[in-house]
Amino acid sequence: MDRHLLSAADLSRDDAALVLDTAEEMRSVADRPIKKLPTLRGRTVVNLFFEDSTRTRISFEVAAKRLSADTINFTAKGSSLSKGESLKDTALTLQAIGADAVVVRHHDSGAPHRLAHAGWIDGSVVNAGDGTHEHPTQALLDAFTMRRHLGDLKGRRIVIVGDVLHSRVARSNALLLSTLGADVSLVGPPTLLPVGVESWPVEVGYDLDQALAKCDAVMMLRVQKERMNASYFPSAREYARRYGLDARRMALLPEHAVVLHPGPMNRGMEITADVADAARSLIVEQVTNGVAIRMAVLYLLLSGTPLPSPDTDLEGSR
Amino acid sequence: MAAVHPAIGRVVLDERDIARALTRISHEILERNRGASDLVLLGIPTRGVPLAERLAARIREVEGEPIPYGSLDITPYRDDLRLRPARALEHTEIPVEGVEGKVVVLVDDVLFSGRTIRAALDALNDLGRPTAIQLAVLVDRGHRELPIRADFVGKNLPTSVIEHVRLALMEVDGRDEVVIADRTRETEQ
Repeated sequence: MDRHLLSAADLSRDDAALVLDTAEEMRSVADRPIKKLPTLRGRTVVNLFFEDSTRTRISFEVAAKRLSADTINFTAKGSSLSKGESLKDTALTLQAIGADAVVVRHHDSGAPHRLAHAGWIDGSVVNAGDGTHEHPTQALLDAFTMRRHLGDLKGRRIVIVGDVLHSRVARSNALLLSTLGADVSLVGPPTLLPVGVESWPVEVGYDLDQALAKCDAVMMLRVQKERMNASYFPSAREYARRYGLDARRMALLPEHAVVLHPGPMNRGMEITADVADAARSLIVEQVTNGVAIRMAVLYLLLSGTPLPSPDTDLEGSR
Repeated sequence: MAAVHPAIGRVVLDERDIARALTRISHEILERNRGASDLVLLGIPTRGVPLAERLAARIREVEGEPIPYGSLDITPYRDDLRLRPARALEHTEIPVEGVEGKVVVLVDDVLFSGRTIRAALDALNDLGRPTAIQLAVLVDRGHRELPIRADFVGKNLPTSVIEHVRLALMEVDGRDEVVIADRTRETEQ
């Protein structure tokens, strides 16, 4: 694995399998009387959040703490970031206090990449969601959750539905799931599919009912109204009717198929309340698994010696 | 996992020697603890796990009742994590009975520096409070770096530090043997 985790595309099949297997072991830590490993004692993990988040920030914080790392939470509100401090000056501050890893969420696509490669900081950078670009740990936890229910994802059909255009989750999932050998299809209104989607390793469709009948997992995306500066669809009701998952559509799914949603949900929009709370919906389990995945990522990035160059492979010595 | 080449090195224990040593250790464990009532065997991956399983099977034969056994991964507790690239974790499987109030017998293949066992003691500490912890190893090769000793030993093998002791087990390597070889490129912990 690279020193940073910026994109799901950085993960080879072996890397991804290593993260998922490590997460499997990390998950059992939550069942122990003492939910803590001493592995990252003395390391400092900074959560640098320029954008609001509930799940991801809490999840990274719990993950770092379960590995005994010290955590510092840095949110845009209430810090000098709101006074207009630049990313560079913030990074230099983090370097000066000795951050071993920076978990960053930013409203601009590419900000984590800049942080990792500008030479401002020595620590590892983990992308916790950048603009409409990527959210690799979300893709890892989705793959992990599906793997626990479906087994090996090779050849599995996974349908990602809705606002792909604004979704970093969709992009990271499409990349990671195809690395893992799954068949991914995207379904949504044509206005909410990004330019260049033809080059993604996915199929594209517009008919949800048809896609649901033969899929193993369906992932509903949040309609990101806060990122919409134009009308991408006529009305919420029409969107829900064509692309929302309700009880009738859920009945079209094969018996074994599962439902995922990265949260936060717009109940009644892309997913109805009864579907969200149904037994085959794994939305709460995704949150639990998120902690295990983030423990695995932090463990793999931080526990060993920092590699001299990003090209050095991990398998070399044992 | 590096394959052991049978032609390299000197075989010091063969399949039957290993079987006899395990049988003796299982009797010693029962003798020391006056039966198997509160015993839990925990193997340290990789090769301690099949050894624990074999000891549990022998104890069951003698006592007529199954005893709980499992595996305890010590990787997150190692003291040399920062010296190497990140390591993959092994599987931990604690029997449903837990370790609280039990006599835990740790099982490992080769006892060398003692650092693995130090890590295992830390790992157990996070899982509960056993009444007692004992240590069974198939080979004790000396050169301890910590004040740790084994309660049950299959064979004491005086070695030189530059030699390499390798245990092959049927479950992992396809055959049972202990080989002493000159240290080539790999280093033990």
